[in-house]
Amino acid sequence: MAKKRYIQAINDALMEEMARDPKIILFGEDVEISMFGDTQGLRARFGADRIRNTPICEATLTGMAVGAAASGYRVVLHMMFSNFIYTGFDAIANQMAKLRLMTGGQMRFPITVLAGYGGGRSSAAQHSDTPYPALMNLGGVNVVVPASPADAKGLLKTVLRADNPTFFLEAGGRGAETAEVPDDDYTIPLGKAAVLREGRDVTIVAIGTMVKHGVAAAAELAGKGIDAELIDVRSLVPFDEDTVLASVRKTGRLVVADEARDRCSAASHICAVVADKGFGSLKAAPKRVTVPNVAMPYAPNAEKNVLPNATKIAEAAAALVNAKAGS
Amino acid sequence: MNSTNLDPTKDTLVPLLRRMLLIRRVEERLSADFHAGKLPGGVHLYIGQEAVAAGVCAHLRDSDTITSTHRGHGHFLAKGGSPRAMMAEIWGKQEGICRGMGGSMHVADVSKGILGANGIVAAGLAIATGSAFAAKLDKGDRVAVCFFGDGASNQGTFMECLNVSTLWQLPTIFVCENNNFSEFSPTATVTAGAIIDRARAFKIPCTAVDGNDVLAVWRAAGAAVEHARKGGGPSFIEAHTYRLHGHLEAEKSFLKSPYREDREIEEWRQRDPLRRFKDYLTGERICDGGEIDALEAEIAEIVEDAARFAEAGEPADPNLVFDIMFHEQRA
Ligand SMILES: Cc1ncc(C[n+]2csc(CCOP(=O)(O)OP(=O)(O)O)c2C)c(N)n1
Repeated sequence: MAKKRYIQAINDALMEEMARDPKIILFGEDVEISMFGDTQGLRARFGADRIRNTPICEATLTGMAVGAAASGYRVVLHMMFSNFIYTGFDAIANQMAKLRLMTGGQMRFPITVLAGYGGGRSSAAQHSDTPYPALMNLGGVNVVVPASPADAKGLLKTVLRADNPTFFLEAGGRGAETAEVPDDDYTIPLGKAAVLREGRDVTIVAIGTMVKHGVAAAAELAGKGIDAELIDVRSLVPFDEDTVLASVRKTGRLVVADEARDRCSAASHICAVVADKGFGSLKAAPKRVTVPNVAMPYAPNAEKNVLPNATKIAEAAAALVNAKAGS
Repeated sequence: MNSTNLDPTKDTLVPLLRRMLLIRRVEERLSADFHAGKLPGGVHLYIGQEAVAAGVCAHLRDSDTITSTHRGHGHFLAKGGSPRAMMAEIWGKQEGICRGMGGSMHVADVSKGILGANGIVAAGLAIATGSAFAAKLDKGDRVAVCFFGDGASNQGTFMECLNVSTLWQLPTIFVCENNNFSEFSPTATVTAGAIIDRARAFKIPCTAVDGNDVLAVWRAAGAAVEHARKGGGPSFIEAHTYRLHGHLEAEKSFLKSPYREDREIEEWRQRDPLRRFKDYLTGERICDGGEIDALEAEIAEIVEDAARFAEAGEPADPNLVFDIMFHEQRA
């Protein structure tokens, strides 16, 4: 084990998998110099055939990913900020997510789309979105949201070896956070949530950027005598219903922390699944801690006001625990 | 006779210098404030490109519209936006032109026809085309100008907007500011052929100008604006210029390697549009050194006042988002 930065873990996974599999190619805007650091050094090691800066043309890049994948390559497409996924959305929604089914299963799309998401840095509304709800609703793409360096590396390796289009969304502004990463060549399967803390009173499900706040919230709650169970979903599609349902069966209470806007958020979906399949064990209605249905404001105080944080999560959890049954 | 074929008089020239100076000094202040850690978000500065915004916007009225880019402070100020309101916006204050909701990449003043800087590369092209369509429907002589970079010209929407504007004879003026870089990529590494040739395919008036020569820009833009006002349809201008600061002010903090040589920046400093224009004005005895110093002093005061205003402003109203997300409807 060694301590690694989140972004370094992603870079390591790309290095190792590209060395393993010569069919992996990676392209995107300024991936050679690497603004985020995740593609740092790849060009020097693997050369111009496999690593390329592209022009700014997202609508074409997503289509090219589809075409290159349909023609035998394993494509990693870097979209930089997740808002630019919208700029390239047509080929994602109409091609990448659908062509396999529409061709009767003839096509395979080993495509990994990388992008940084989330707010908190006064980047304003066009550089701060958390866009996975839209992706989750497409049907044909996976969505992975690693929160720790070790998960980022293990999940990315799985994605790079798999044959389905997958959005690997990087927690924006978290690149420098460090944690232990195993030295060996390990992978983490998609659709397996991680229970980060066991507890009896309330289940907190945290997504991507919210995991760190979930950890802090659980600690805050422990100080108040509330024993929270904390689950990091790790991937949204596929989604590990079993782990969440098992936890809610034990605690009877659910809070989901999600940096997406509330309406049709990932949190809404998770609450719906629990209401549907875990209704009998619920002691109170599930709570979502999300961003209100507004565009992300620029000013730091206004942005902070709409972003979920540890206090908001802890308050929601405490309110559930303290609520009288039936109220 | 095309009025812009005439030699500009002092009444035209001094305001051009004024606008360029204002942009330069405001941005120098923003650079200093950014590096002092005072600004909440990042800033993309226009330093070195001032002649383009100043030369084009000199021909525009408040009723004409412009769209801009992530590098939008210069366009905002050149089109008559308030330095106070822009700086307060960048500081994230209630007094900001967008009430602190947009920040540096989104400064907009609709009352001045500034439809906004934009964080999505090439988004302004279609917005300007739509605005030009509206101008045409209004049957007036309004025009719409889109400022965009060489990098933006690689988005398909550039071709699409040229097509619609030409097909419908819209008063769209495409101003491509080729500053040698698309973020950290030298233009030639991501752009095939000459950008101007893409526009030439539509058989519209196309002009390449030295974007560091404000008079060259002013002449080309004058012709394009007049053409559009008379119902002649769209034009394209490629202004070759250079950004003297980073893609964004923070870039040295995260880039592991340089993407251009100091020598190149130095070479372009020798062609600084502001210095060239000052030299021209004094060389041609249009202005003397004293007049220019007086203008500098006046601008310095405006910048100081705007910076103080911004710093002293009230933090943005955090609840505003719920009130203004929709018109007359709460979010
Ligand atoms: C749709 C979209 N893709 C990518 C980006 C990231 N980005 C911001 S500025 C920029 C380069 C723009 O180059 P250019 O149009 O030449 O303008 P310049 O920065 O040189 O003024 C890129 C790629 C973005 N903001 N929007």
